[in-house]
Amino acid sequence: MNARHTWPMIVLAAVLVLAIAAFVRFDPLTALTGGSVPAPPALTIERVTVDQDGFHLSVRGDGREPVQIAQVLVNEAYWRFEQTPPGPVARGERVRIDIPFMWTRGEPHELRLITADGSTFDHVVEVTTTTPVLTMERLAGYALVGLFVGVVPVALGMALLPAMRRFGTRGLGFLLALTLGLLAFLLVDTFAEALEAAERAAGVFDAEVMVWLVAIASFAIIMAFGRRHGTPRGHALAACLAFGIGLHNLGEGLAIGGAVAAGELALGTFLVLGFTLHNITEGIGIATPLVRERVRLPAWLGLVLLAGLPAVFGIWLGVRAAAPQWTALCLAIGAGAIAQVLFEIGDLLRRTAAGTAATWNPLAGFLAGVGVMYATALLV
Amino acid sequence: MAGGKFLPSRRRLLAGSGLGALLGPLLGRYAYAADTLETARNTHLPLSRKSEMSTVGRVDPEFNGFDPHAMLGDWDGGQVSRLADGRRLREYDIVARDREIEIAPGLRFAAWTYNGRVPGPTLRATEGDRIRIRFRNAGSHPHTMHFHGIHAARMDGVPGAGEAAPGESFVYEFDALPFGCHLYHCHSVPLKRHIHKGLYGAFIVDPDPERHPERKEVARSRLLGTPENADWQEFVMVMNGFDTNFDGENEVYAVNTVAHVYAKQPIRIERQRPVRIYLVNVTEFDPVNSFHVHANFFDYYDHGTTLEPTLRTVDTIMQIQAQRGILEFTFAEHEPGLYMFHAHQSEFVELGWMGFFEVQP
Repeated sequence: MNARHTWPMIVLAAVLVLAIAAFVRFDPLTALTGGSVPAPPALTIERVTVDQDGFHLSVRGDGREPVQIAQVLVNEAYWRFEQTPPGPVARGERVRIDIPFMWTRGEPHELRLITADGSTFDHVVEVTTTTPVLTMERLAGYALVGLFVGVVPVALGMALLPAMRRFGTRGLGFLLALTLGLLAFLLVDTFAEALEAAERAAGVFDAEVMVWLVAIASFAIIMAFGRRHGTPRGHALAACLAFGIGLHNLGEGLAIGGAVAAGELALGTFLVLGFTLHNITEGIGIATPLVRERVRLPAWLGLVLLAGLPAVFGIWLGVRAAAPQWTALCLAIGAGAIAQVLFEIGDLLRRTAAGTAATWNPLAGFLAGVGVMYATALLV
Repeated sequence: MAGGKFLPSRRRLLAGSGLGALLGPLLGRYAYAADTLETARNTHLPLSRKSEMSTVGRVDPEFNGFDPHAMLGDWDGGQVSRLADGRRLREYDIVARDREIEIAPGLRFAAWTYNGRVPGPTLRATEGDRIRIRFRNAGSHPHTMHFHGIHAARMDGVPGAGEAAPGESFVYEFDALPFGCHLYHCHSVPLKRHIHKGLYGAFIVDPDPERHPERKEVARSRLLGTPENADWQEFVMVMNGFDTNFDGENEVYAVNTVAHVYAKQPIRIERQRPVRIYLVNVTEFDPVNSFHVHANFFDYYDHGTTLEPTLRTVDTIMQIQAQRGILEFTFAEHEPGLYMFHAHQSEFVELGWMGFFEVQP
């Protein structure tokens, strides 16, 4: 660009800067809003933990102006509380509210923050019980649950690999389509959970937009990574599958842990076995790209752990009542990863099924995959 | 309160699954221990200092420009003069203003006030006095002063009869009748909003002993300024509530506006002198409010319009909105200490309507 083209640009930029300065200086919006109406205060109660002393709230400022918490109510009664740090809560700032309270086990408790202007922000502890403290013993207990939810089913599914090798091209096509159905279910499920977590997050994070953007970015990055040596097949594709499914299982663990923490979930044998049954299909999916491959035990084990172990970490994080924006972020990455394997499996299926006229075969596989996932989801 | 939308539906489905054999032994060991919380907290400290059920902090009377403790007995007799016929004339200047008040520590309420305070001034006159009220509206909405008493339709203080637009004035004039414990409030529409914003106050008409020869002594004890009356400890208590988030339910209940104010700083009572309370209910949104005193019983004069109690030896009464009455009781035979009083709706107690009489040795 020569000087003849540069000068008009500089003039234009100067005019725009002046316009912005004038906008700030004269604030023409005052004429629109009347200037005197304050922005409504906003607070988000991100997490609540319960112990013998009472309730402990993590509260994030969510409004344009700092918000002063004036009083706290428990079950419609003003209650003593301490705020750390004290003072108004700025946008994005997080404070802790401790409320000493002799709560009643198993009953709901309504917590209410009332701000200086009289606005109220509520949170209901639905079924009150102590938030689990992570001792070694408990960590082990939750790890056991995580193994049954994540690792055991994936291993069971992948153990079918020798049997799957006997399938011909048609059989493999069916399995790939089944995996596609499984992934479609997981994609929808993961997005639903991510968006729900996003809804609970403080508005300042704009978490719903974040979920979509992170999912798209995650898809693109994993896609690029997966194809850096060309179209992934065999072990590489199985690893992609295990990674995506692992992130989904992390989300599942978070949900289970969160429900345990909130006292909503009585962990029962049937429930855990329900998750086991539900997730067996995931193992079959991961095994499918390996049907024509020679698989060593360490590789097999690695894939199982990559897909299943995140459930353990998910539960550990979940029982500590992770703030919803982090849950949304994890699940959004998972959704992108699942979309990537969905794409790759679809591509593989297209190539495998090419030249055969068996259109009904993959369709049946796909529907079977979605159907089995949905049906077993009813168990949990 | 609204239920929290906190957990996904799938997790909710799980709630009934029952504790499994898998984790039962593990989880069982962590059975809840809050039931065994130290009971040592239940000492005999005054509840105001011990209880965790309380608002936190103090309301600054400087900010409000009024002090609920001073309000208990600051009778406003107006400017007194004599009419040509020898009757007493009481003249008042009352201004309606928008004003932010503090109704619980740190909690501000955009109130509409008479003379900058909620409740408005306690107007006190004697049966048969002429009352003249020069009312000026310096607020942002039309307002009135509607008196519960006997007066002409022109003086009713309703839209169309005695309503003052912002910046305008109106003069109300009527005789103080009948004797009793009454109130006044704004009657502009929407009525709910105009009342609950703070436009109300007590209007007490003392009986004229000359008109009640059969119960002259009782009437004299009620008449402000007599030696018989000076023996009494008289308090005015206006039971009110505030809906701070405008959801049609009160977030704060109180007597004389400030939540828990008489719990944090009890009302001092001289043991030997009898107690008389002028109690008025202006609570909006709830059908009734009530009054209960601990460890004592009182005689009650509904509306205060009789010299004989309408209820004897009770410890709880209820009032609908605008109902009021006079309570008479004594702590003369009691040991000194803190005696609680409150609405006997537990919800109101915990939202601010509770206090103590501190009976002195």
